[in-house]
Amino acid sequence: MNRYLSAVLADRMGVVLLTVLLVSAVWVPIASLVLPASHPLHMGSYSVALWGKYLCFGLLALSLDMVWGKLGILSLGHGVFFGLGGYVMGMYLMRQVGDRGVYGDPILPDFMVFLNWDELPWYWFGFDHAWIAFPLILIVPGLLAYVFGALAFRSRVTGVYLSIITQAMTYAVMLAFFRNELGFGGNNGLTGFFDILGYDLREDVTRAALFSATALSLAGCYVLCRCLFATRLGLLCTAVRDAESRVRFLGYRTDRVKLSVFVLSAAIAGLAGALYVPQVGIINPGEFSPLNSIEIVIWVALGGRGTLWGAVVGAVVVNVAKTQFTGWLPEGWLFMLGGLFVLTTLYLPRGLAMLVPKRVSGS
Amino acid sequence: MSAANRRPVSRSGGERSLDTSHGTVLYLEGLSVSFDGFKAINDLSLYINDGELRCVIGPNGAGKTTLMDIVTGKTRPDEGEAWFGQTLDLLRLDEAAIANAGIGRKFQQPTVFTELTVAENLELAMAGNRNVLSVLRAKLSGEQRDLIASTLERIGLVALRDMNASTLSHGQKQWLEIGMLLMQQPRLLLVDEPATGMTHQEMAQTGELLCSLAGDHSVVVVEHDMDFVRSLDSPVTVLHQGSVLAEGSLDAIQSDPLVRSVYLGE
Ligand SMILES: Nc1ncnc2c1ncn2[C@@H]1O[C@H](COP(=O)(O)OP(=O)(O)OP(=O)(O)O)[C@@H](O)[C@H]1O
Ligand SMILES: [Mg+2]
Repeated sequence: MNRYLSAVLADRMGVVLLTVLLVSAVWVPIASLVLPASHPLHMGSYSVALWGKYLCFGLLALSLDMVWGKLGILSLGHGVFFGLGGYVMGMYLMRQVGDRGVYGDPILPDFMVFLNWDELPWYWFGFDHAWIAFPLILIVPGLLAYVFGALAFRSRVTGVYLSIITQAMTYAVMLAFFRNELGFGGNNGLTGFFDILGYDLREDVTRAALFSATALSLAGCYVLCRCLFATRLGLLCTAVRDAESRVRFLGYRTDRVKLSVFVLSAAIAGLAGALYVPQVGIINPGEFSPLNSIEIVIWVALGGRGTLWGAVVGAVVVNVAKTQFTGWLPEGWLFMLGGLFVLTTLYLPRGLAMLVPKRVSGS
Repeated sequence: MSAANRRPVSRSGGERSLDTSHGTVLYLEGLSVSFDGFKAINDLSLYINDGELRCVIGPNGAGKTTLMDIVTGKTRPDEGEAWFGQTLDLLRLDEAAIANAGIGRKFQQPTVFTELTVAENLELAMAGNRNVLSVLRAKLSGEQRDLIASTLERIGLVALRDMNASTLSHGQKQWLEIGMLLMQQPRLLLVDEPATGMTHQEMAQTGELLCSLAGDHSVVVVEHDMDFVRSLDSPVTVLHQGSVLAEGSLDAIQSDPLVRSVYLGE
């Protein structure tokens, strides 16, 4: 227990991040629910959901840094795990709609009625129960990561080739989800949700609770990662990242090391997706777009890969900038992002984390 | 050539059950490897006895490193057989399984984990259960700490135990890798050019260390430095163009006219 605690405390920027998360998990509900709307610190439900979204991206960036920064696997398809977690949540929320949909069918979601389907496909069964749907948020992305990783790592696909096939994977999933026949709402995706666990999604209370749940999930996953990398398995990950073939001659199965962390990372990305969907109110195949996955890589690179906290900061900073920037120059964002990426690669090769002296960060 | 599709590890490793009842720990028979038509190893046969210290010498490109690559599973031969003890067919195992069976290796270019400290490098190399869950739960026992401490002493890196391995000199990296080899507690050690980058004094220490290992372990040392080889005072095998040219004591080898003509350049 002790060594985990000291690992968490030694990472001072991580402690700062955790403090901010815990404080905001308490503060945001107060600012949104208790303070009157006239108060300067009052938060409207729009900005609560917006910040909740940023934190979901922070969690997603954390999951990528686990495999990229800590293990050297540059996944250009991490959005697929985020999207799958989001779809699982979307399916649950869809089933909560019940007969309140446009067509008023008590069982079938609107898009199925529209397609003239007369019964629920088998893979939609059980999604009306949170105790079935919620575990699947972790299991479905984890399973895909397991199958993919088992094949790729066993056959020793690494480097650029691995990155390319992760990208191909998310692209293939996107194409599949665009098809109406697959039964996930085609290009419209899943939307028109009403409530989660019986709470109305449009209520301020629900939004504040979702924000706090996101902040706490991020904090929890952060601590989990820190502890994981403080074990001997963490040392092994560093060794695999820097000299994988050498590790094999010590008797370790490096493919299994990579597989375990990859699956855990996918599950965390799935959790991020599941928290994202009720806060933005929609999930569609666009989430699987290769471009999204590349953006995640940019967040982590900008923030500073391998530091964990840098990834979270990168995700939040880039997305705050995105919101601001698209406000006044919608077409310019991708150029801006590309420019930022080039500039950091040139002047801050280790990302924003470089700006924090080692003395301060403690690592 | 790829080891990717070989059989996965038998987890516990065959180290304890290694059958050396005929006194031989490593059998290499009729091995051949070619790279793009070039025969790096050519019908090579070599036997290492249990507990023996053996030197392998040969000019650059003779195939010494490739030989170690075959034994450790990095390269697969086109022909021939490689057995560890009487019963373990090395050609059917992957690198991890071979390491767990009890064959450890020091690379010609010392390879240590540069982002880990010296002590952490040793910790990772330490013999023990290698599956992911055990590694996750592993904690150093007092005994294991002592083992790391005594190994640090043996390789002269006590003062550097918490330094990143990237800060070590070439010679210190050699020592660290030898230390890692010791931590693995292998039955057979393959040591590729251990003396490179060492001072004469360090070389003498390395020589002593390797000699002290023989008996409990079998040790195969590849080296170019003749003074170092002489200091080991062990049987010598000369490789040339991928096959064994001569075998015997260093004195006998050095007076062999064939060896003199191809190797010593006379
Ligand atoms: N993977 C490879 N691909 C192509 N050629 C190779 C490969 N590995 C080794 N060779 C060639 O095989 C020959 C034997 O190489 P090896 O490294 O075994 O020699 P060596 O006896 O260890 O030499 P040195 O004393 O220089 O270390 C060399 O000509 C080398 O170029
Ligand atoms: Mg060599």
